[in-house]
Amino acid sequence: MTKAQKKLLKKIGFTVLLIIVLFFTMFPFAYMLLSSFKRNVDLFNMERLLIFSPTIQNYVDVFTRYSFARPLMNTSLISIVSTILSLLIGVPAAYSIARFKQKFFSVVILAVRIIPGIAFLVPWYLIFTRINLSGTYTSLILCYMRLALPYIVWIMIPFFEKLPAELEESAMVDGCIRLQAFYRIMLPVSVPGIVTATILVFISSWNNFIFGLILGTSRTQPLPVAIFSFISYTEVNWGGLMAAAMVITLPIIIISLFLQKYIVAGLTAGAVKG
Amino acid sequence: MINWIDRNTKWLLTLPVILFILLMVAYPLFYTFQLSFHSWSMSAVKPMKFVGFANYIKMFNNPKFWQAWKLTLTYSVVCLAFETLIGLCIALLLNRSFRGSGLVRTMFLLPIVATPGAIAIVWKMIYDPALGIIAFIMKAWGMNPVAWLGNSQTALGALMVMDIWEHSPQIMLICLGGLSGIPTDSLEAASIDGASNWQRLTKITLPLLSPTILVAMMLRLIDSLKTYDQIYATTQGGPGTSTQTINVLAYRQAFENFKFGEASATIVVFFLGLVLVTVVFNILRRKAVVDY
Repeated sequence: MTKAQKKLLKKIGFTVLLIIVLFFTMFPFAYMLLSSFKRNVDLFNMERLLIFSPTIQNYVDVFTRYSFARPLMNTSLISIVSTILSLLIGVPAAYSIARFKQKFFSVVILAVRIIPGIAFLVPWYLIFTRINLSGTYTSLILCYMRLALPYIVWIMIPFFEKLPAELEESAMVDGCIRLQAFYRIMLPVSVPGIVTATILVFISSWNNFIFGLILGTSRTQPLPVAIFSFISYTEVNWGGLMAAAMVITLPIIIISLFLQKYIVAGLTAGAVKG
Repeated sequence: MINWIDRNTKWLLTLPVILFILLMVAYPLFYTFQLSFHSWSMSAVKPMKFVGFANYIKMFNNPKFWQAWKLTLTYSVVCLAFETLIGLCIALLLNRSFRGSGLVRTMFLLPIVATPGAIAIVWKMIYDPALGIIAFIMKAWGMNPVAWLGNSQTALGALMVMDIWEHSPQIMLICLGGLSGIPTDSLEAASIDGASNWQRLTKITLPLLSPTILVAMMLRLIDSLKTYDQIYATTQGGPGTSTQTINVLAYRQAFENFKFGEASATIVVFFLGLVLVTVVFNILRRKAVVDY
């Protein structure tokens, strides 16, 4: 075998392997997409697995008959507000921890990340019920912030650590106090880190299930919970379910397509470098 | 005034987070701890009653508690083993430049970021004995369809497959990041010295990558022990208690049976278990970094 043939063979082998792996990775998404456009009769018919006459009825049902519009709005509202509030208080704190080497504080943040959500659910549920905040957006936003805040600080600390201290020192020589140096100099250069943190926190808030399950009411419940109750209370309408699942995952898929680089940076933060 | 601000910048910047942690984390945790020594079912008439260690004693005598630990550990360890192996293999496969590599990486990102509660429902359909794709294939081969999630023999395994699908790419991404940091000159030098591909992998790449793999595994393990969404959204711990992990057990005790004291005791022990895993992780990590 010549060298060129060997190279070609290697390339074919690689492509075949890649296609197999990608097939399994993408399969549930393709399955969800196809099923969401099927009528119930087609879903039960093996021969119409790939070829069928598509319908958008499921999507219409999702927003009219099953009123998923409100949970969709709830999810958006809770995710966006909790992400913004967490950024406002989390980014300055991360800067401070990184610059002033507040070691103890960073351990606390890590610990908060490790504590299972269920550990908070019982006390939150009881406390919020007692102060009459149970089921309100305020209570849900506060709970989602518990998820978002440590995540933001955790991603931003190494980011600020990598920025040279001379940056704000030179500003401080020019008469800025540290607080000004932070807002004028450090914030603008840390935009990539903030974007990474924002996307990841938004995605994990969007995806959250357990807090809404307990603390949401029919008025405030987020979308993943709405889908879950949809299975429990009606006879299973799989086409409708798949359409609803598409509605939840689509924003995340779009974000991933455009901001892939940031998500990878965030997911591997704190892992790749010792 | 300005001097005062400047001297206290580090506290001014962290104060909001400190307050938040005290109110939303420290106090609730203390509350959980306190509840674990009480018996209470949220009744307005019957107040909280101090019962000492009764909840803990009851818990340690409850076979469901031990079953839940066994399920949690089995689930996490099996998933972790497969995810590491598959993730590492895919990372080695993708660690080269080829056309469309950006798009391929995005595709691997999707299982990690897609809403677990929603994707779990898609898997529930895939597993469905009446209209799921697996049932179709089995029927086509003349086999009887299996209710994968509805059978206590297969439910845990079916959940594990979901988890492996969802999280192998996560290990892959971290390994891929680690691989790009391995200097190519030592690999080139080795191949000039006549080392085979296999030797280069086992003698250079894997040893250099091992700290990264270790960190990826431990991050994954901590999250995996806490898996909740997929399990609750598909089986709710059933059939029976065959997929009732610690998380699900605590949830059911609290919000289905309203035994808040017992649930709190379960949570306290679960939390201590997680702390233990994390401490071991940090010790291992420090050792690995020194070796590196």
